[in-house]
Amino acid sequence: MSALEYANKIKAKFGDLVADPREFRGEITVKIADPEKLVDICQFAKKQLGLDYLVDITSVDNYGEDPRWSLVYHLRAIVNGEEIRLKTDVSEEKSELPSVLPVWRTANWHEREIYDMMGIRFRGHPDLRRILMWEGYPYHPLRKDFPLAGKATDLPGVAFTKPAPLEGGPFVTVAGGGDAIGREPRVRTSEA
Amino acid sequence: MQAKSEYGYNSKIEGDVVLTTVDAALAWFRKNSVWPMPMGLACCAIELMAVGASRFDISRFGSEVMRFSPRQSDCMIVAGTVTYKMAGVLKRVYDQMPEPKWVIAMGACASTGGMYRSYAVLQGVDNIVPVDVYIGGCPPRPEAVLDALIKIQEKIGKQPILQGTVAARLLNLQEK
Repeated sequence: MSALEYANKIKAKFGDLVADPREFRGEITVKIADPEKLVDICQFAKKQLGLDYLVDITSVDNYGEDPRWSLVYHLRAIVNGEEIRLKTDVSEEKSELPSVLPVWRTANWHEREIYDMMGIRFRGHPDLRRILMWEGYPYHPLRKDFPLAGKATDLPGVAFTKPAPLEGGPFVTVAGGGDAIGREPRVRTSEA
Repeated sequence: MQAKSEYGYNSKIEGDVVLTTVDAALAWFRKNSVWPMPMGLACCAIELMAVGASRFDISRFGSEVMRFSPRQSDCMIVAGTVTYKMAGVLKRVYDQMPEPKWVIAMGACASTGGMYRSYAVLQGVDNIVPVDVYIGGCPPRPEAVLDALIKIQEKIGKQPILQGTVAARLLNLQEK
């Protein structure tokens, strides 16, 4: 079964809940309208279709748009290596969706990472703690409105942070510079 | 030692005796067996392994006994990027080391945060522990680490050990 056929079967089963599969550069993406139905769809994808491997869960911050969060689930069938992607949106006021931990146990740490970095909560997660930053850190640093240099925090006995000195940076390389001078990291001027 | 040598130890004159001060002798013992605490946190730790292996051979300088227990080590080599989450652990390991103790900040990250100008990275390990020698480089060459070790040895050799202590008074080494 190809990736498109997997996607069409999900579409056939759940109808209006699922948008038509989109193909981009050979990869199939399925958009799910209601994140509350995510567990049902994932259960179906794993048990009925054999998409038994949850490769990754990522989250996107569409800062300034509504809904603010997008969550992306990468599923793979071990038997033939076919891969599809599930996408769903969550609003900032809600910032919560059901955990897919009952379907794939590997979701545990993926969801903890998203909670840590983005501040999106997963309902039904048994142990929703921070995984990268330390317990008690007050921010979610991968949000777009969090400054790159960080913010000062002071938690006596745990840790402190200070904004990192950027010295006019961030300095970035521009792809395709012809020689070493062209590729040298520089302050990026606004493209707008 | 050559018989015609004008300076230094001459066995013909002095026999099997070497004269020195207690402090100098103790410093000599101490500086030639600095036991490192390898605080390997990133790629610098790989280079630190090379320092310990046959080509560079840190045992030529008496420091081959890498202790993974802070209670048995003299010199912490901070090799790699110190994140804020690790900073508390690093401070605790340093506090557990017995006095006297020294710290080498190995590489750009440990010295200044390096290229990680980020919310997660401590901008220089000297924010939390006193550093004796900084090594530049990303990562530094093994020779640079050995050079830092020699600098630490020079520093240890100059540090008085017994002066001002009760032991010195008992040995009557100090003038009244």
